[in-house]
Amino acid sequence: MSGKTLFEKIWNDHAVHTTEDGYTLLYIGRHLAHDGSGHAFGFLEKRGLKVRRPELTFATPDHGVPTTSHKVEDITDPVQRRAVETLTKNAANHNVTLFDLGDRRQGIVHVVGPEQGITLPGLVMVCGDSHTSTHGALGALAFGIGASDVYHVLATQTTWQRKPYAMRVSINGDRPFGVTAKDIILSVIAEVGANGAARHVVEYAGDTICSLSIEERLTVCNMSIEAGARAGLVAPDDTTFAYLEGRPYAPKGKHWEMALDHWRALPSDADATFGREVTLDATTFAPMLTWGTSPEDALPITGSVPDPANESDPVRREALQATLDYIGLEPGTKLEDVPVDQVFIGSCTNSRIEDLRAAAVVARQGKAKVPAMISPGSSLVKHQAEEEGLDEVFRKAGFEWRESGCSMCVGMNGDLVAAGKRCASTSNRNFPGRQGKGARTHLMSPAMAAAAALTGRFTDVRTYAEKA
Amino acid sequence: MEKFTTLTAVAAPMDRPNIDTDQLLPARFLRRPRDEGFGDVLFIDQRFDDDGNPRPDFVLNQAPYKEARIIVGDRNFGGGSSREGAPWALLDYGFRCIIASSFGDIFYNNSLKNGLLPIRLPEDAVKAIRAQLHENPGTTITVDLDAQTVVAPDGSTHSFDIEPFRKQSLLKGLDDIGMTLEHESEIETFEKGFQQRRPWLFANA
Ligand code: SF4
Repeated sequence: MSGKTLFEKIWNDHAVHTTEDGYTLLYIGRHLAHDGSGHAFGFLEKRGLKVRRPELTFATPDHGVPTTSHKVEDITDPVQRRAVETLTKNAANHNVTLFDLGDRRQGIVHVVGPEQGITLPGLVMVCGDSHTSTHGALGALAFGIGASDVYHVLATQTTWQRKPYAMRVSINGDRPFGVTAKDIILSVIAEVGANGAARHVVEYAGDTICSLSIEERLTVCNMSIEAGARAGLVAPDDTTFAYLEGRPYAPKGKHWEMALDHWRALPSDADATFGREVTLDATTFAPMLTWGTSPEDALPITGSVPDPANESDPVRREALQATLDYIGLEPGTKLEDVPVDQVFIGSCTNSRIEDLRAAAVVARQGKAKVPAMISPGSSLVKHQAEEEGLDEVFRKAGFEWRESGCSMCVGMNGDLVAAGKRCASTSNRNFPGRQGKGARTHLMSPAMAAAAALTGRFTDVRTYAEKA
Repeated sequence: MEKFTTLTAVAAPMDRPNIDTDQLLPARFLRRPRDEGFGDVLFIDQRFDDDGNPRPDFVLNQAPYKEARIIVGDRNFGGGSSREGAPWALLDYGFRCIIASSFGDIFYNNSLKNGLLPIRLPEDAVKAIRAQLHENPGTTITVDLDAQTVVAPDGSTHSFDIEPFRKQSLLKGLDDIGMTLEHESEIETFEKGFQQRRPWLFANA
């Protein structure tokens, strides 16, 4: 019998029941809630049910919170205010741990989980948000679910899932200067396509991945969903354990030792087989950005806007033309010649302290020519950045330093990109209308976004970054 | 949820790949209570111009597709976010079935849980069916869930896969909770063992 993959080990460890046709009732080790969880709590109450294991759910408001102030009374949009207040009420009524506005532990749910040590290796973890894949960076099987499933998890601490297929993306070799975790994952998505990993759990492996810090792994796993994957994960290793030790909700003392024993046995067995294997050579990678309206539309910064005339399939040609019409770019334009109107640094993809440090390295070297805004991933990240003086660096360079939240990644709190405006963004989705109706979004790393702020156009960060 | 058995209805072709959940239902409507309905905001930014007038070039605004209850899409329909508002908007607008060559996984699951049937067919078949719809706007497609078949406008029959578990809940219009509660004692037994094996998870200080 062949060995097991990391994903299978976690799956089997949480399987309560499997039907004849292969549907599994999975136990949920951790559930994260946010201000978008109102529907699910509402369904629960309507049915007169209780949260089955309140100690396994953790909540924090992020999607609709203002970034100009973290006072509830300052939320001007009544709908968002109600959503935040409802979360507070639901957490209190159901005894769920909450990091509310004003609490330093508040932040984007996918930043808070790892930061607090709530996310742990070997867990099945869910959240009513597609970027739950982020948590796989610590070796958890973490995936997004819809409101009906969240309701189901609240009521039963389980979810029915069909077992996804196993896929491994191996990345080897030293990454060239200027290539960040964001560039790695954009390269992966460009390779496999926006739905290329659908119905699969992707394990990222290879020496390039092993050499990444936890924060970098979080960026990679975060965008697994942008390749269509059900989840993305990285085998836990000493980097993982060092990151987790001492975090508030990580196991302590005897439990830590027990947990370590379990975690060390999790990595995929040497003879485990994956249904699909993709291998990439990191030495060929370059700083990337997206030119279109799907994350798969990514190219190196040295590239040019593709030409629909080169598409032989008429349907594809038309789709490409529609993309260019929306994004307002002419075929053949060099990406480095494209001007930007504004810059956003934030989101669960790239708002952790290492991201802010990388952006600050660039920001130190000039002044923003276009409006640029930074929203740290959590209030703790914000606090740490301030201790390191990064806020001053950004302010001096003319960047706006805000409170933490999802902010302009999705614009629910009113941080929007106006129609027809072009935004260099460190977030994860460049879909039409994602940052606001008619907004044009280009995804890139924090350093590249900062460079775009300084020049007012897409810029090869290698002209700015300090050689290590 | 409403049962799904068979459906014969007008189908609207949507040729573009990657019709993501942000297009189906922009984030600014996510906070609506479920019972207020989402049909009016489905594809809102594509259906209407800035003044709120219907855009004539958008397929659902065209006369033959007014009664459409099926969409034939392309690759990666419903990719993106976990918002259940996306299938809710499609359902509330009147759709019961989406045919595409691939779907966003979470959208696919969310659809099944709400009585919206997502059908995966091979890329060639999806393309061919869309071409037939373009040729004869307003023509119908028949979907039979029990038989797991789609009958295209040209009369060709395409079989599709669906897990028996999901098929049954759709045919009967059942949600998951009822079934899960039947496994209550199993969950309890599992939980006890799990708590012993992984005690650190339950020591929420
Ligand atoms: S930052 Fe963006 S992608 Fe991440 S959870 Fe918030 S809205 Fe979703």
